[in-house]
Amino acid sequence: MLPPETFSLAGNWGPAAAMEYLLQQLINGITLGSIYGLIAIGYTMVFGIIGMVNFAHGDVFMLSTFIALIFLMALTQILGIGSLAVALFVVLILGMLLTSLWAWAIERLAYRPLRGSFRLAPLISAIGMSIFLSNLVQVTQGPRNKPVPSILSDVIIIREGANYAVTLSYKQILIAVVTAALLAIFWYVVQKTTLGRAQRACEQDSRMAALLGINVDRTISLTFVMGAALAAVAGMLFMIYYGVVHFNDGFVPGVKAFTAAVLGGIGSLPGAVLGGLLIGLIETLWSAYFSIDYKDVATFSILVVTLIFLPSGLLGRPEVEKV
Amino acid sequence: MDAAQPRPMATSAVASMLKDALGSALVALGLAVPILALRTEQNMANELILQPRWGYVGIAVLAAFVGRLLYLTAARAPRLPRPRAGLSTAAAGNAGRIFAVAGLALLLLYPPLALTLAGSAGSIKWIDNFGIQILIYVMLGWGLNIVVGLAGLLDLGYVAFYAVGAYSTALLVHNFGFGFWLCLPIAGIMAAFWGIMLGFPVLRLRGDYLAIVTLAFGEIIRLVLINWVPVTGGYAGISGIPRPTFFGIPFNASDEGFAAVFGLEFTPLYRTIFLFYVILALALLTNWVTLRLRRLPVGRAWEALREDEIACRSLGINTTNTKLTAFAIGAGFGGFAGSFFAARQGFISPESFTFLESALVVAIVVLGGMGSQIGVAIAAIGMIGGTEILRELDWLKRIFGADFEPTHYRMLLFGLAMVLLMIWRPRGLIASRRPSIFLRERRAVRAELVREGHG
Repeated sequence: MLPPETFSLAGNWGPAAAMEYLLQQLINGITLGSIYGLIAIGYTMVFGIIGMVNFAHGDVFMLSTFIALIFLMALTQILGIGSLAVALFVVLILGMLLTSLWAWAIERLAYRPLRGSFRLAPLISAIGMSIFLSNLVQVTQGPRNKPVPSILSDVIIIREGANYAVTLSYKQILIAVVTAALLAIFWYVVQKTTLGRAQRACEQDSRMAALLGINVDRTISLTFVMGAALAAVAGMLFMIYYGVVHFNDGFVPGVKAFTAAVLGGIGSLPGAVLGGLLIGLIETLWSAYFSIDYKDVATFSILVVTLIFLPSGLLGRPEVEKV
Repeated sequence: MDAAQPRPMATSAVASMLKDALGSALVALGLAVPILALRTEQNMANELILQPRWGYVGIAVLAAFVGRLLYLTAARAPRLPRPRAGLSTAAAGNAGRIFAVAGLALLLLYPPLALTLAGSAGSIKWIDNFGIQILIYVMLGWGLNIVVGLAGLLDLGYVAFYAVGAYSTALLVHNFGFGFWLCLPIAGIMAAFWGIMLGFPVLRLRGDYLAIVTLAFGEIIRLVLINWVPVTGGYAGISGIPRPTFFGIPFNASDEGFAAVFGLEFTPLYRTIFLFYVILALALLTNWVTLRLRRLPVGRAWEALREDEIACRSLGINTTNTKLTAFAIGAGFGGFAGSFFAARQGFISPESFTFLESALVVAIVVLGGMGSQIGVAIAAIGMIGGTEILRELDWLKRIFGADFEPTHYRMLLFGLAMVLLMIWRPRGLIASRRPSIFLRERRAVRAELVREGHG
């Protein structure tokens, strides 16, 4: 993902090469940002509907990278499916289904009994769940990095500079297309279907929604399920893009996606996507031009600064504190 | 819920229970298939291959079926009227006092007790792994209890102050040649200073947002410790931190060492026992200060702030200053604990200060019952002692085969315990959030009533 190590800003690069380098970073940043955006939606929806930071969401994402990897290998190695497109499609569907099942079970067992309990209880339960999930994967799948068999490794050269070529890989195209398609479906579900209307109603006032005959518990469950399904999409794309999965990969992408949700305005769905893209771009550009060691510090600082100075985010509604 | 439904005829009840349990088994199958059934392994050529392990899936499904069936049976059994959990205030106070005195006596006698029971070679493990390790967490729990339990500010980055304490000690020792006893107060002051620095911008945030910002600060500090290699040594950490001395007498085998001065035979045991009493004293100091502060105006203000921030503000309490004092004092005790940790280990690296440690301490405070000193101590003993005990379970290898490593399941069980304890007792083991001061005259106004508009 990152530029060749030979590149340095101090080198003898003409303005054209610098331009191309920037273009490349923008492409990489948007790719990374789509993945963050998909995860961020899960945070923002759950926070919108029950006002809880679903701490385990990052680990659900990590779990989905493993599910995608295992199914991809099972399909290609054991069942011997030759067509990569078919395999990826099946992996995507299965990954979404099974990750959603996990999220449903987690909500049912760890969060629902605590609904209406005091404020910190669900957060602590979610932290416990996060520790449980990452260690479950460590115990069952082993603590080492899992290199993914290389797929879709071809690139298209879209602009050739003097000594630097801007490339767009098939993986990046796949990520952009899948993200756009799923966001469109998701947008339709939230805006146009009965389920989406119920969700928006619960988000505004869950007690009133219950009085009007909406099954609030079921709607909340489905919110977790939808968030997890999008995280599973992100998980499969992440697995293909980075080519390696690890049991500890849930925490940092999780916090970054949460940062994206906060930056976009928590509770706002377009905000989550926008925030994801911004975080992806900032992280990529920071690594490219400043310091790769401090890229996570940059993201965390954005989180702190946003929360202090712009707590309602870019597209969020300001929260009025009431007695 | 299933338990609340009217009870139909016995046969249909059994049938519906079986159906329910079958559903759980199916869900367990869906959960277990991807993660349990196929294990990804690297072969000799470094390629990833899948190893089928369907046996585990079978066990998981069976466990879900039987577990759900037992749960439903238990839920259907007629319930005995449970005695009210809360004792009367006076009785609880008395019980607490007796418990505290007994616990203190036990702690003071713990090293000699371990020595007589386990012998001089075996007792080091008991005093060090169980005694000192647990007491460090008791102290961290009590320190964080000021912030979370009293002032009601959820701090998920407490380990940052622990790290500040540890690294200040290490750096002061290496750059200025200070001894442990000089470093200890400086480390506490440094950590408190950092608490003010970090607390100042974030304290107007509330609840979950504050939690996330403190988490981010904790991570930033850890990442800086990793990347600022010239000062902190990066991943390699800092080693060679001298151990605490006994009024200037070091614990070593030399002629000026503790054993030689007191005419004893040299063993490393003396140092361990000494460290045990040092951390015990530090922990008790934390406890004593907390109990005293609770009775000061600032302590009352913390508790008022925890209950209702807006009411506090309208009564003229300076919420920012009140929160800052809680943050700084809590951070200061974290710094003391960090300083002790550095001196006890002799070596520190960023790996000791991950988010997991913060989560652990928060879990201890919340599970113990926020604000309850004894609850925190019990939770620390249970959580840390419980995970330490897993190291001792080598006999399980005889049952599950030589590959079975109980310690691998340490954090898995820890996470599960956090979730289950939270569901079982959401307010913690000892849920005493009674205010330390209240009006003598009782009125029929409770929070529920006020919320519904009666009060």
